[in-house]
Amino acid sequence: MAENSLSFKGTKAQEEELLAVIAKNKEVPGALLPVLHEAQEIYGYLPIEVQQMVADGLGVSLSEVYGVATFYSRFSLTPKGKHRISVCLGTACYVKGADKVLAEVESKLGIKSGECTPDGLFSIDSCRCVGACGLAPVMMIDEEVYGKLTPKEVGKILDKYIAEEGGNQ
Amino acid sequence: MTLEELNKIKKENEELVMVRKVVKEQGEEMAKHTGYRKQVLVCGGTGCTSSGSKKVIVALEKSLKENGLENEVLVVRTGCFGLCSLGPIMIVYPEGAFYAQATPEGVEKIVKEHLKEGNVVKELLYKETVHADGSIISLSETAFYKKQMRIALRNCGVIDPENIKEYIALDGYQGLYKALTSMTPDEVIKEVLDSGIRGRGGGGFPTGRKWMFAKATPGDIKYVCCNADEGDPGAFMDRSILEGDPQSIIEAMTIAGYAIGAHQGFVYVRAEYPIAVERLRIAIEQAREYGFLGKNIFGSGFDFDMEIRLGAGAFVCGEETALMTSIEGNRGEPRPRPPFPAVKGLFEKPTVLNNVETYANIAQIIYKGSEWYSSIGTETSRGTKVFALGGKITNVGLVEIPMGTTLREIIEEIGGGIPNGKKFKAAQTGGPSGGCIPAEHIDTPIDYDSLIAIGSMMGSGGMIILDEDTCMVDIAKFYLEFTVDESCGKCTPCRVGTRKLLQYLDKITKGKGEMEDLQRIDDLATHMQKSSLCALGQTAPNPILSTMKFFKDEYIAHIQDKTCPAGVCKSLIRYEIVADKCKGCTLCARNCPVKAITGTVKQPHVIDSDKCIKCGVCMSNCKFGAIITK
Repeated sequence: MAENSLSFKGTKAQEEELLAVIAKNKEVPGALLPVLHEAQEIYGYLPIEVQQMVADGLGVSLSEVYGVATFYSRFSLTPKGKHRISVCLGTACYVKGADKVLAEVESKLGIKSGECTPDGLFSIDSCRCVGACGLAPVMMIDEEVYGKLTPKEVGKILDKYIAEEGGNQ
Repeated sequence: MTLEELNKIKKENEELVMVRKVVKEQGEEMAKHTGYRKQVLVCGGTGCTSSGSKKVIVALEKSLKENGLENEVLVVRTGCFGLCSLGPIMIVYPEGAFYAQATPEGVEKIVKEHLKEGNVVKELLYKETVHADGSIISLSETAFYKKQMRIALRNCGVIDPENIKEYIALDGYQGLYKALTSMTPDEVIKEVLDSGIRGRGGGGFPTGRKWMFAKATPGDIKYVCCNADEGDPGAFMDRSILEGDPQSIIEAMTIAGYAIGAHQGFVYVRAEYPIAVERLRIAIEQAREYGFLGKNIFGSGFDFDMEIRLGAGAFVCGEETALMTSIEGNRGEPRPRPPFPAVKGLFEKPTVLNNVETYANIAQIIYKGSEWYSSIGTETSRGTKVFALGGKITNVGLVEIPMGTTLREIIEEIGGGIPNGKKFKAAQTGGPSGGCIPAEHIDTPIDYDSLIAIGSMMGSGGMIILDEDTCMVDIAKFYLEFTVDESCGKCTPCRVGTRKLLQYLDKITKGKGEMEDLQRIDDLATHMQKSSLCALGQTAPNPILSTMKFFKDEYIAHIQDKTCPAGVCKSLIRYEIVADKCKGCTLCARNCPVKAITGTVKQPHVIDSDKCIKCGVCMSNCKFGAIITK
């Protein structure tokens, strides 16, 4: 636990925000999911320290919080990159070559889906359908959707982000 | 809120909205009374937003101001029009000029030439709406819309979803008024029963019967839930309805609450749909403000309110009992049925749970009557069905058709056929729980029973069109990978069965399959169908079973001949350069990540199969079609 606590960089302000969320939801039936959603908004992910705070605040066991946090794919127990890349692997995208798009992103950044680059700038995930099937294949970088992709196009888009970060990956 | 007040709002806004629904001449006449000479509708749905419709709206508003038109031209941000592949979509009324793939630059031209001078910018119109002689037709006359019948999508792409008045203008809340003030709960349920509507989430259970059971169960506290956890990857009907017409869901859930005696509703919606969540949140606030939610609705003494709960990315939560477990704040694992939700549902109280599209029909059924609704569709499948048409089809988008329309009409007429001159191979409906409809059944009418009869299913509405380049074994494997990921793990048949099925498919696509595997798959599938706890596991084998039924040859080719006829399965294909077609441009060799291609300039190149990793980069780069798979 000690090692984890060292790497956890939560601030006092974040803690207060989370406590306010817990207080607001404490009496709501089925509060755990809404609270975890907001906790992830505040911290960007759900480290064990945050799960413990939620457990204490809502009066449930840590194992219950952990069970819920690990059940849903939207909750992440590890930090994500500054830019979150999400390649859609839904059916409409798949039949239009989404696997090639993902392969290109992975080879370009040198990491696999589910991982984060060592400099913390990019993380890759795959998702199942963002509902922009008319533009298949698509990927999202942060909140921006890029559609009708080809591997070549992917390279250009990533270059833009890399250049903005002043990197030379 | 009284009926007089409701009708007053309706009357005040009717013409403004009707301009968008009537023919040009009538619209021009109406526009005179609205204060706006023209109206520009821009799609603000997810598809068009992703293609940049926000920038288009900003450019439009700026340009209107610069040209001094901001008081004559109304800009309305709507939900989805349906033709997502042509986004961002922009329509100018009263003439109904349909501009496709709008850009900020194009918008400036449209403002100057069309909105200011009155000359439609024909080169920016969707080409299908411009005839050879230069005359234009409106959107509703195009092949894409002509065969459609919009009930669930009636307001999508027509009204501003963030303005409750526009919903009221098109008969909004008239159904609720009628139910609360002139019908008993039993009469409401009878109306829904008589309409013949069946659950649009995929199960096809008669909605009225669900309500009847929930009403019959005694209890002070009951709940109404809406399933907006649209999990089928490739389906986006429910999202579009929430984005384009959220009030219709609120009205329907309130009617359901009255019918079964519930006072609280929950909408369980995917967190992946931020626009839908936001519009629904706004819609709920507006409904409360106008008194359609809250205490003593329409002075009837009936109270109802609702809240939104966000999903967190678990496909199994689309299953009704898992959805309720998730709302309760737990891991979204299903519970055994019975007891059914109508008896013991959310927080162990009697609960009615319907899908978004089902609700989208309810207010119209109550307002216009079951006789009207049941006159649409077929004997056992009444009404319409919305499909999210995707994959290898020209018009990717949302379509709503009367039940009984054939697959051929959907693909060839509404969908505009298969692009690039390719051949239609199969339509996949129902996603990971569904099956495929092969080309030989293209004339099958789309209704619950005809689809089951040929070994497929209606599903929630995803319809992915596959062409000759699709490998059916690979598609089955794709869906199995999905169900393996999404199996919640609670019951063994699903948790272990899906993995085992995937192993067989993996073996087959790698050329290591045996003929006996087909029988083993069949046996395992039967066990899973019979013994899985919920529909996820019970239906997970469907994609394999239906592809095995209709495309057995392909499975056999993979197993016995060790080939993939569609040229997809990597282990079974080789990339080759056709010497006659290769011009020696060196593009492939320069792009090959493993330097497997050699050759000199202007001479045919060669691929070294031992080095090749089959990434396909060479093929996508070749301008001469010289690279093939074998």
